[in-house]
Amino acid sequence: MKLVKTLLASSALTVTAGAVSAQDMANEMTLVSWGGAYQASQVKAYVEPYLEMYPEVSVTWDESSAEAVAKLRAMNEAGNVTWDLVDAVASDAMRLCDEGLAIELEHDEVLEPAPDGTPASEDFGDLLVSDCFVPQIVYSTTFGYRTDLIGDEAPTSVCDVFDLEKFPGKRALQKRPIDNMEWALYCDGVEKDAIYDTLGTDEGVNQALDKLATIKDQVVWWTAGAETPQLLADGEVVMGSTYNGRLFSAIAEQDQPIEMLWDMQSFDLDGWVVPAGLPEDRKARVMHFLKFATDTQRLADQAKFISYGPARKSSAPLVGQHAELGIEMAPHMPTDPANSGNVHIYDYEWWADNRDDLNAKFEAWLAR
Amino acid sequence: MSDMTDTGGPVLAADGTPLKRSLRKALRRQKMRALLLIAPLLIFVLVSFIMPIGDMLYRSVENKIVSQTLPRSTQALSSWDADSGELPSEAVFAAMAADLKEAAEQKIHTRVGSRLNYENPGMSSVFRTSGRKAKKFDLENGGPWKEQLIEINEDWADTDVWRTIKTYSPPVTAGYFLNAVDMRVGPDGAEMRPERERIYMNLLKRTLWMSLLITFSCIVLAYPVAWLLANLPTRKANLLMILVLLPFWTSLLVRTSAWKILLQQQGVINDVLVWIGLVDDNARLIIINNQFGTIVAMTHILLPFMILPMYSVMQTIPPSYVRAAKSLGATDWTAFWRVYFPQTIPGIGAGSILVFILAIGYYITPALVGGTKGTFISNQIAFHISTSLNWGLASALGAILLAVVLVLYWAYDKIVGIDNVKLG
Amino acid sequence: MADTASSDGFVVFDRVQKSYDGETLVVKDLNLSVARGEFLTMLGPSGSGKTTCLMMLAGFETATHGDILLGGQPINNIPPHKRGIGMVFQNYALFPHMTVAENLAFPLEVRKMGKSEREAKVKRALDMVQMGDFGGRRPAQLSGGQQQRIALSRALVFEPELVLMDEPLGALDKQLRERMQFEITRLAHELGITTVYVTHDQTEALTMSDNVAVFDDGRIQQLAPPDQLYEKPENSFVAQFIGENNTLEGVVTEISGDTCIVKLDDGEILDATPINVSKVGDRTQVSIRPERVEYNKDRLQEGAHTLKAEVLEFIYMGDIFRTRLRVAGNDEFVIKTRNAPDQDRLMPGQQIEIGWLPSDCRALDA
Repeated sequence: MKLVKTLLASSALTVTAGAVSAQDMANEMTLVSWGGAYQASQVKAYVEPYLEMYPEVSVTWDESSAEAVAKLRAMNEAGNVTWDLVDAVASDAMRLCDEGLAIELEHDEVLEPAPDGTPASEDFGDLLVSDCFVPQIVYSTTFGYRTDLIGDEAPTSVCDVFDLEKFPGKRALQKRPIDNMEWALYCDGVEKDAIYDTLGTDEGVNQALDKLATIKDQVVWWTAGAETPQLLADGEVVMGSTYNGRLFSAIAEQDQPIEMLWDMQSFDLDGWVVPAGLPEDRKARVMHFLKFATDTQRLADQAKFISYGPARKSSAPLVGQHAELGIEMAPHMPTDPANSGNVHIYDYEWWADNRDDLNAKFEAWLAR
Repeated sequence: MSDMTDTGGPVLAADGTPLKRSLRKALRRQKMRALLLIAPLLIFVLVSFIMPIGDMLYRSVENKIVSQTLPRSTQALSSWDADSGELPSEAVFAAMAADLKEAAEQKIHTRVGSRLNYENPGMSSVFRTSGRKAKKFDLENGGPWKEQLIEINEDWADTDVWRTIKTYSPPVTAGYFLNAVDMRVGPDGAEMRPERERIYMNLLKRTLWMSLLITFSCIVLAYPVAWLLANLPTRKANLLMILVLLPFWTSLLVRTSAWKILLQQQGVINDVLVWIGLVDDNARLIIINNQFGTIVAMTHILLPFMILPMYSVMQTIPPSYVRAAKSLGATDWTAFWRVYFPQTIPGIGAGSILVFILAIGYYITPALVGGTKGTFISNQIAFHISTSLNWGLASALGAILLAVVLVLYWAYDKIVGIDNVKLG
Repeated sequence: MADTASSDGFVVFDRVQKSYDGETLVVKDLNLSVARGEFLTMLGPSGSGKTTCLMMLAGFETATHGDILLGGQPINNIPPHKRGIGMVFQNYALFPHMTVAENLAFPLEVRKMGKSEREAKVKRALDMVQMGDFGGRRPAQLSGGQQQRIALSRALVFEPELVLMDEPLGALDKQLRERMQFEITRLAHELGITTVYVTHDQTEALTMSDNVAVFDDGRIQQLAPPDQLYEKPENSFVAQFIGENNTLEGVVTEISGDTCIVKLDDGEILDATPINVSKVGDRTQVSIRPERVEYNKDRLQEGAHTLKAEVLEFIYMGDIFRTRLRVAGNDEFVIKTRNAPDQDRLMPGQQIEIGWLPSDCRALDA
């Protein structure tokens, strides 16, 4: 009886929504994402279900998220925005927002509340780092190490990365100042709360760079997230930082002799932004899709396919098993209490202000 | 009779119009037709080449955003003395409040913040935070603004913030170019950046030097291959040509990744060296993620661009020249060096220009195999285009690169002569 | 025929064979002797092996079998630059990046000759070809004939005893070619050098040479002075290749000493001189030069053989008349008569009687 009711209700919903779409909503949507396993998780968790409900809609994918900011700016200048919804990391979302390339959203109005009625802005909480941004997942940049090459004792602290005596061998770090500078200061004895204040001074920057300099000739710098798992698999490095999802697939899907080092993992967010300058019918379709794709159940579903934590608090209890491997996903989430004992909270505002400056200093240091 | 021939007047065509004019008319018609024929090409070149370059040059100095977004404040600031050490007057703050309110309503306040943040880190958040409150400003009776703005963001009390706005208020700026040559606008005008922040000039030098090395190793490797191509029997030469062109059929990323597999410390080359005992297992060679890796991979990728012009020039040199030299008493080496080699210089020149210019613009391969010491200035340009969005700086770097290429081209013309270049 | 080479020649080919692919011979059993100071021309159609012979002599090709001797010494294993042979190439092969004077100085330079001596020789060599003022120019700034002279003087400047020339006049127009023919022979004789000259142009061969070797199919078909070659061809290839020639085909019916009787295919009977027919019943091509045929009865000599002919075409060529006839079923029979005041002009369709001396009528191989 109850099932029938639900079915009736949902079909009624479909009919009304369909009626709206026929009049006001465009039926084509270009989604921009990262490709690979991450995009696949989005397809399975909410794009395919959405297309089942609205078969008249067709979706085109563009795997350009890595260049999203530059391409959106070029499109905006040319006055021809062909993208409808763009997946971006939080810092890029802020930049797009600052540049006026993404529209600001009233989160409580455009997003579903949690099943218990909690408004979206509370359900997402602190993760709404920009007015233009709807976060989907929490990921972290953290370390993995080769269990067979690291020696008898496993590393337990991020500072072991800086300890060449105890853990000799090459390490892979991302070729950018973000995270590396914070880890360097933390391991040089700076209190976690004082990291950004320290980094705000020239002395602090030099202190961080000097700490990094102690391991500089043992570092392989990466630019694409896939590099570290490959470097670990080849035995080129004994430990390296990368996105936790990449390490998860190397460990759980490819059975590599790799372990996670969650200490001082650096949380980051990935989510949707809506480009500025969309015509009304396309914007209506995008907002309709966005509301569906970021509800509590859809975000929880996504975690079945990739080991990134859902951005809604209400989704966390719904996270289940991996859709193909059948293993419990919760212990592999960066947000799992066992993993998030000591985390590094990345300050978006601070980096938005200082990224260009620190980047110049970091590049100059690299070239020395 | 005399008035027909000896007046010195214009020579007339058969229909009585002056001959010069009818000639001009006939020629004009011809020119128009020729112009129409090449019009598609001209338009293509204009749209796809001249306009982007013009746009790049314009962007490298353009700075209208500050005065357009903050018209009242930049006007008011013109009378403020930045060196006085005092904050601007209330009038300036009031102008800024009005500008901010207007900009925030149009949602463009963060853009000017991003622009000024390139020059003074922190400006971005000054404008972002102020813009949020600015929408609710009551301009008529909301003052005084000095205290209010400082209340919203304490950086408004910093003269450096105002100095930056004042310095970058003209519609044209040299700031991007100064930045591109590791300089900045200090209190006393342009000055070098501190040692620890200099990047671009070193990168430019490195880019040019490594491109030269790559060009040179391409010449050394391509010469014998091109010679073989030009002198083998047709069937074998065709097979060799396919081998030369084979790299073009594989994507750049695949080729670069293949070099990674070959060159890395646990890679094929090191494995072989360890296996035959030339290198100790603990002292594997570091031949990637440095300049060597970049030079090897880029030499491989650019080699066809050297071989093909060399080949097309060598193909036109009949074997009778070398035979003639030998019949005149020259040894094999003399015949090669005095007779054959000088005739291949146009091919070497063309190949070198191609390879060198392609090399200084490369960024994918250096990014993948260059580590920290083997990256090029193009990597920074790509970074500023796609990540930092500082297109002005990217344009200035691009313009400098373009200027360097033109200077080198000019020097080549002076030394070797550009007529001495043959692509085929 | 030069079956055996006399071993006292300056240049000697002794049973030389050459094959490029190991299957076919491009030069078959070549024997040839060139005396010191002789001007020898290798004449033949393209692909006949003449250029290959020249290249073997120069050292750019190696003989597959046999010896090549220069001044009595085998040179098979001597590299080209040590042979001391001057060579003029078909396209001149003047080094385009050097001036004329530098081109000429090149062979002297590689011989480590001193600068003043070098300059004197270059000047003399330029004067020799009347090009004294052109030393500073580049080859591309010279006309074809001028380039040809420079190429010639470059081949001679280091005073080689032997000069090889590979169709050197092929690219020049007719008038220039004739002047250069004269100039080359003059120089060769003045300097007393031995010259081996390759051409496919029979006029060049006839006007320039002391001896001509006619090549075909990898063999020397006949080696003889020009007049003999023209007047006494030894086989039908030479007869056809050198000058204009009329052929009538038939069978030998009788041979006695230096005359034979040939029954032509249409039944006519001819007297001829047997050259390379050996027995009765051999098929033969009878060869008669057009200018040896006479139709004016008054001019027919005693003992001349006569045949009926029909005039098909009459061409006025100024100094001569050229008439095409049908003779014994052959529509391509050509006669040439001098434009003398008393000479008749024939009309097409006219029936005439023609005749020639049996000694001018040579029975050759079929």
